[in-house]
Amino acid sequence: MATDNLLSGLLAGDTDPAAISGYTDHPPRMGFFTDTSVCIGCKACEVACKEWNHIPEDGLNFTGMSYDNTGGLGADTWRHVAFIEQRKPIAGQIAGVQHAEVGAPAVDDAGSELRWLMASDVCKHCTNAACLDVCPTGSLFRTEFGTVVVQEDICNGCGYCIPACPYGVIDQRKEDGRAWKCTLCYDRLQVGMEPACAKACPTDSIQFGPLEELRERAAQRVERLHEAGVTDAQLYGHDPNDGVGGDGAFFLLLDKPEVYGLPPDPVVTTRDLPSMWRHVGVAALTLVVGVAAAFAGGRRS
Amino acid sequence: MSTSDVTKEGIKGAQPGRDAMVGVVAGRHDGRRRHRGRGEQSMVPDATFSSYYGKPVLNAPIWKAPDIAGYFFLGGLSGAASVLGACASATGRPSLAKASKIGALVSIGLGMVGLVHDLGKPSRFVNMLRVFKPTSPMSVGSWALAGYGPAVGTAALTAVTGRLTRVGAVATGTAAAVGPFISAYTAALMCNTAVPSWHEAYREMPFVFVGSSATAAGGLGMIAVPVGESGPARNAAIFGAMLELAAAQKLTRRLGHPLAEPYQKGKSGALLKASEALTALGTVGGVLLGRRSRAAAAASGAALLAGSALSRFAIFEAGMVSANDPEHTVRPQRERVNVKSTGQ
Repeated sequence: MATDNLLSGLLAGDTDPAAISGYTDHPPRMGFFTDTSVCIGCKACEVACKEWNHIPEDGLNFTGMSYDNTGGLGADTWRHVAFIEQRKPIAGQIAGVQHAEVGAPAVDDAGSELRWLMASDVCKHCTNAACLDVCPTGSLFRTEFGTVVVQEDICNGCGYCIPACPYGVIDQRKEDGRAWKCTLCYDRLQVGMEPACAKACPTDSIQFGPLEELRERAAQRVERLHEAGVTDAQLYGHDPNDGVGGDGAFFLLLDKPEVYGLPPDPVVTTRDLPSMWRHVGVAALTLVVGVAAAFAGGRRS
Repeated sequence: MSTSDVTKEGIKGAQPGRDAMVGVVAGRHDGRRRHRGRGEQSMVPDATFSSYYGKPVLNAPIWKAPDIAGYFFLGGLSGAASVLGACASATGRPSLAKASKIGALVSIGLGMVGLVHDLGKPSRFVNMLRVFKPTSPMSVGSWALAGYGPAVGTAALTAVTGRLTRVGAVATGTAAAVGPFISAYTAALMCNTAVPSWHEAYREMPFVFVGSSATAAGGLGMIAVPVGESGPARNAAIFGAMLELAAAQKLTRRLGHPLAEPYQKGKSGALLKASEALTALGTVGGVLLGRRSRAAAAASGAALLAGSALSRFAIFEAGMVSANDPEHTVRPQRERVNVKSTGQ
């Protein structure tokens, strides 16, 4: 039983999701490291993902908010490039410096502080994945690579995974009723190819590889950026001790996560489920006692 | 690239071009501006939060209110009615027992129709019994329903026909044993999501749900049974109403700002207020007139049923509001992060 493995795995302090899910001989956990500091917002990842996975059109909408007309992740958008224009200087760019002492014309300092943030968002392939936990059909499953994938021939469109995801990733495809999301190109992984988005990324902002390796590389990258004066640079989803046990797809961001539409401290909802079941049990007993007492106190007929 | 902003008040932040000041004057000008800028910044309240163009962080549930909120109500009613029916059987009140058992069957039947109808692929509803997962209240609930449905059906049929009384007693007992779980587990189903106003309410929600369920089952008894025999139904309704109102009060007080707001304001808040008014009206009506007038008892019972149904629709709607509001997701998490980082 998967449940037995899950429990024994968790009790043993195991954090390898494939091993917890019962794979004995499996490849290393694979994932994405999306370094947004080198993202140029070209959206090649969005296009490559749609082409490879044959994803239908996700609405030719005009959001009117920025250069981003995709909006966010959903059933038909498995990579989403966020675009943020800010009145903040890029590191190393000293904005608003006046050179009045040498007679140079003064410039209104507010005008020269500008930066663009671009970040390609994707399913996080959580270590503790709420979508997978709550799926009642077993349609969502853990692959041997430690990723989380929907089996579309099983999904009955109950929709439970959608509000369970703390990142707003998975959603229902209206035309066919089922839930869809990034598979981390499970088909490509099985034949030793990297996912379509990472393959197409021209700046290597999307890096694919064994998660351990990516985490080391990311730690070095953020350190180098800090040395270069980019003090805003921070890793997101890299920590195995966070509320979802660490993400299989993690990020290097240049601002707070919520600026990119990411939750600052997501927690897998099923962490509280044991307590929820206890409250349900006590409430059910309360109902029995209350209704029974209604008879004990009411012998008036 | 251009770094100026085009605003309704004209162009701001444009390069000064030929009007640019030089020398000492420019420096002073610059200094004044900076000072004023800081003063303005300190006026900005601490209550801001960041988001991506105000877009929700979460994807909201795709569940349809008539199906799912309707099932929460109907399933709750059925579960509590099964307990009421069993107690009525045990204490020799055949008409209350029969009415409760029929009510339990009809409501769970309608509720399950709603559940199947809400699926994206209704033809695959049997996939619900493909695995058993304790981490999914929907999976546990599906298995519970698979046992509960036949038991309720048998209990109702034997009560109506008067045959197979021993089988009927076993079925009645089974339905009464599983029924409370059917009334309560839907709270865990709903709270076991990332929707902030639902998830953070998981401690009180099962009590709101079972209270509301008892109110509905009591209301049904008050409608279906002559006043002489509906005493326990009235008592059950009073118990349920008090439990629900107290639990809901505790819920909103603990959630605080901003997560309690969908329960207090807007369409969902108005629905919940209407629900509480109907529940209070039905309870008072039942206490004052329930013993004297059949019509008044039935009207009170109807108010209680409507109050119970509205309560589920209100709570359902509150979750939709919460899921679509980035502040609900971001603010509590940001506060948590800030506490963590200052604590170290």
